[in-house]
Amino acid sequence: MTARTLFDKIWDRHLVCAGPEGSSILYIDLHLVHEVTSPQAFEGLRQAKRKVRRPDLTFATLDHNIPTAGNRMVLEDALARTQVEALRKNCREFGVPLFDLDAPEQGIVHVIGPELGLTQPGTTIVCGDSHTSTHGAFGALAFGIGTSEVEHVLATQCLVQKKPKSMLVRFTGATGAGVTAKDLILALIAQIGIDGATGHVIEYAGDAIRALSMEARMTVCNMSIEGGARAGMIAPDETTFDYLKGRRFAPQGEAWEKAMKQWAALKSDPEAKFDSTVDINAAQIAPFVTWGTNPGMAAPVTGEVPDPDRGASDSERNSMARALEYMGLNPHTRIADIAVDRVFIGSCTNARLEDIRSAARVVKGYKISGSVQGMIVPGSQQVKRAAEQEGLHRIFTEAGFEWRESGCSMCLGMNADRLKPGERCASTSNRNFEGRQGAGGRTHLVSPAMAAAAAVAGRFVDVRNWHYKD
Amino acid sequence: MQSFTVHTGIVAALPRDNVDTDQIIPKQFLKRIERTGYGDVLFFDWRYDRDGNPDRAFPLNAPQYHGATILLAGKNFGCGSSREHAVWALRDYGFRAIIAPSFADIFANNCLKNGVLTVVLPPAEIAQLLARDAAGLHSLKIDLEECQVSGEGDFQAHFEIDPFSRTCLLEGLDEIGMTLKREAEIAAYEQTRRVGV
Repeated sequence: MTARTLFDKIWDRHLVCAGPEGSSILYIDLHLVHEVTSPQAFEGLRQAKRKVRRPDLTFATLDHNIPTAGNRMVLEDALARTQVEALRKNCREFGVPLFDLDAPEQGIVHVIGPELGLTQPGTTIVCGDSHTSTHGAFGALAFGIGTSEVEHVLATQCLVQKKPKSMLVRFTGATGAGVTAKDLILALIAQIGIDGATGHVIEYAGDAIRALSMEARMTVCNMSIEGGARAGMIAPDETTFDYLKGRRFAPQGEAWEKAMKQWAALKSDPEAKFDSTVDINAAQIAPFVTWGTNPGMAAPVTGEVPDPDRGASDSERNSMARALEYMGLNPHTRIADIAVDRVFIGSCTNARLEDIRSAARVVKGYKISGSVQGMIVPGSQQVKRAAEQEGLHRIFTEAGFEWRESGCSMCLGMNADRLKPGERCASTSNRNFEGRQGAGGRTHLVSPAMAAAAAVAGRFVDVRNWHYKD
Repeated sequence: MQSFTVHTGIVAALPRDNVDTDQIIPKQFLKRIERTGYGDVLFFDWRYDRDGNPDRAFPLNAPQYHGATILLAGKNFGCGSSREHAVWALRDYGFRAIIAPSFADIFANNCLKNGVLTVVLPPAEIAQLLARDAAGLHSLKIDLEECQVSGEGDFQAHFEIDPFSRTCLLEGLDEIGMTLKREAEIAAYEQTRRVGV
């Protein structure tokens, strides 16, 4: 039998049949739904008098446009309210379970899937959101889709797909202290570019990946899309199984034992061929900070803002110059000399419990800089409760941070959490596009520890030299 | 879905690389629950100044591009967020096709589902199109039957497209309806193995 990659194995197992003209009809095991990309899909079903084929494999939550402060059951923004009401009505009408704003399970769709045990190895998972790649951390094939495909999955539980190519990314060596999963993925994107993995499914491997916790693996897979990849995945191992065991939707008892046996086979065969391979020495990666307007425009915290004149082509020089103008930065400015006005710790990339802990450890015993406004937005209600049980919220509030309710918040600024024009933000989110966090806002992507340190220092500092007070 | 066979129209050039869907349609316009009505907010932050007037420096506002139906874009067009609103905005504005050296995957898929043709041409041919644009030649014909782009100034280029995507566009197919016809196979698949979670 031909050697197969992990991706091949999951793909083959989900082939319902060959589709028209070289396409494939792929079965979807889990469909996650949120308020922003689903209303038109449900409306399409209604108009065509179609049903949701498998409401039992479909789960909805509210996360993108909701407030993270005040009484969340009262939405002041009329458009957001309409969209939230639409999801409630659609879920009732089509029989889809919804984790509403008052539910203990509510949170960012890519945070709650794993924590509820819905995300499982070897499955196919889709959601109308590009960061669906997060779930690949469990050895699932998980990818973002548009609203038309959301409607297609609702109606058929399948997607018509053309098989993407495969890419192996090996992080060799051991990651240094203070260097996180966020830095690994930012370093990769800086190396391959934001379209470096277009048309590919990435499998992450190597010692540095194996050493990561489940939550850290999610951070890596989450940003696969920022390198253009269709999906990112990591073969499941003991770390995966330990994380999943006992979670609400994970198999229990005999079913668990049976699942474990199946999951153990979920890895690429030693002779499996990838369409391309990238090797990165994790030991040489420093904490990263983005300086531009896409996630590939990043530099080590020990480095400086590059000179557009050194771009490789006219088009790259133009992009760099445009980015620096937007960001209000001069070439050769040291990254450590960039001062920030805002700090946002949140998003599906970095708002799980370990992220909050890592930021709290940096902040403990300090006050944030007088010129900085800081915000912590836990990824889910479950993360929020767990952090509060550990007393982490007090570390933050005593330091001068705001401690918020769970949601996507200022990662994309659909709610009231936004940067003002010209404000500069150290953010643990995933995109530093122009206006992403608010029109005219300037975003620098960093790890939670780096964001916390920037809040205290008022500028970027190398968290590897941090004086911890714990 | 609106079909696409042969289209002739004005080409607007936006030669910037990595234009993300946050630029194509910013977040504040994603709260609507309809599929249409996004044309006026296409490229909102680039297209209008702070007072809401058209920004003259933005290419799409140039008089020669008035009524444009084909967009000539840079590499990796449509990267970032999966928001299909980006395609709805381009379509509502009047674009029927986008020509670029490359597209982001989810965006290209979304285009296909809305009858918007994405044409990938190699950098040399994109450069030729930009030269035509600079010379004041703004009309192009895109023939999906023949997979050809042609226009005055002796421009002619062949493009590749996935055969099923081409058929869907040519015939304006309802893909959901087609998949629903495979009910027997889908039901059999669900029987043969435990699916889901």
